[in-house]
Amino acid sequence: MNTLKIALFAACLTLITGCATTHDARILGADNQVELRSMQTRSFDTSDKTIVVRNVISTLQDLSFVIDKADTDLGTVSATRLYNGNKVRMTVTARPSSSSKSVIVRANAQYNLKPIENPKIYQDFFSSLSKSLFLSANAVE
Amino acid sequence: MKKLKYIVVACALGITGCATTAPENLFQVAETSLQDRQLQSRFFETNNEVELLSAGVAVLQDMGYSIDETETKSGVVTASKTVDATNNAQIAGAVLLAVLGGGNMSIDSQQQIKVSFVTLPSKNNKNGYLARATFQRIVTNTQGQVTKAETMKTEELYAEFFNKLSKSVFLEAQKI
Repeated sequence: MNTLKIALFAACLTLITGCATTHDARILGADNQVELRSMQTRSFDTSDKTIVVRNVISTLQDLSFVIDKADTDLGTVSATRLYNGNKVRMTVTARPSSSSKSVIVRANAQYNLKPIENPKIYQDFFSSLSKSLFLSANAVE
Repeated sequence: MKKLKYIVVACALGITGCATTAPENLFQVAETSLQDRQLQSRFFETNNEVELLSAGVAVLQDMGYSIDETETKSGVVTASKTVDATNNAQIAGAVLLAVLGGGNMSIDSQQQIKVSFVTLPSKNNKNGYLARATFQRIVTNTQGQVTKAETMKTEELYAEFFNKLSKSVFLEAQKI
């Protein structure tokens, strides 16, 4: 009986410590940056960054976001969505690729206190954006 | 055996406690998305985007908002204000509860409203711009707890906003 209790207690402790990330990871971000970057980034075959920024804004509005800030020169847009009492914060940046033939869009979002790391969610965003731009979203190597 | 139950409950709490990940359909376009867009947008026949934006700023100021950010190159204005959120029904409820000896009930006290106003060259009609406004609010109660965090989707709100905007810009707001 006692061993069972101890085992359960230990399992419980691991669970608790398991979800508490270390201090550094919370401030400096997770270790899976390469993976994150690839799910958060797409390239669009256009040289017009301003059009991309404008379409990012209207896509965000379609998803019930309120735009907090936008800078066309830098190509950054930040927005907040309030959703059933939850807060979603998102920043989208658009920058020309080194060849200037395409625009690279990166989106990162946070749900309440946690960064969103589900590729499906970013896929949905890029699919709406590409419909709005009439361009297909290409993965970036 | 009883203790074992407690441990199991504690374990269950441990699991649910850290499960606050985003729902998978978070960025899927809602079925009401098109209706929302129509509700929140109007078409203005003008070639002057900056004039339309500045009319938007003027209307927001008329409505008591302070402007937080503006970006003319992509047509964005954001504004916010914090106002009273008390409503009589809630106060009556709290008074009734107090009379019945129920003690102190917290009621909604203030709301922070944020709005973004965006202009976009129309894709269908080259002679004009679309203007879209989105309002959201966070309501907090007398104890400082958040009771509501939502996008505002009432028809009257947007109708009134665009009514004021068309007066300010001397142009007729056309439904899209």
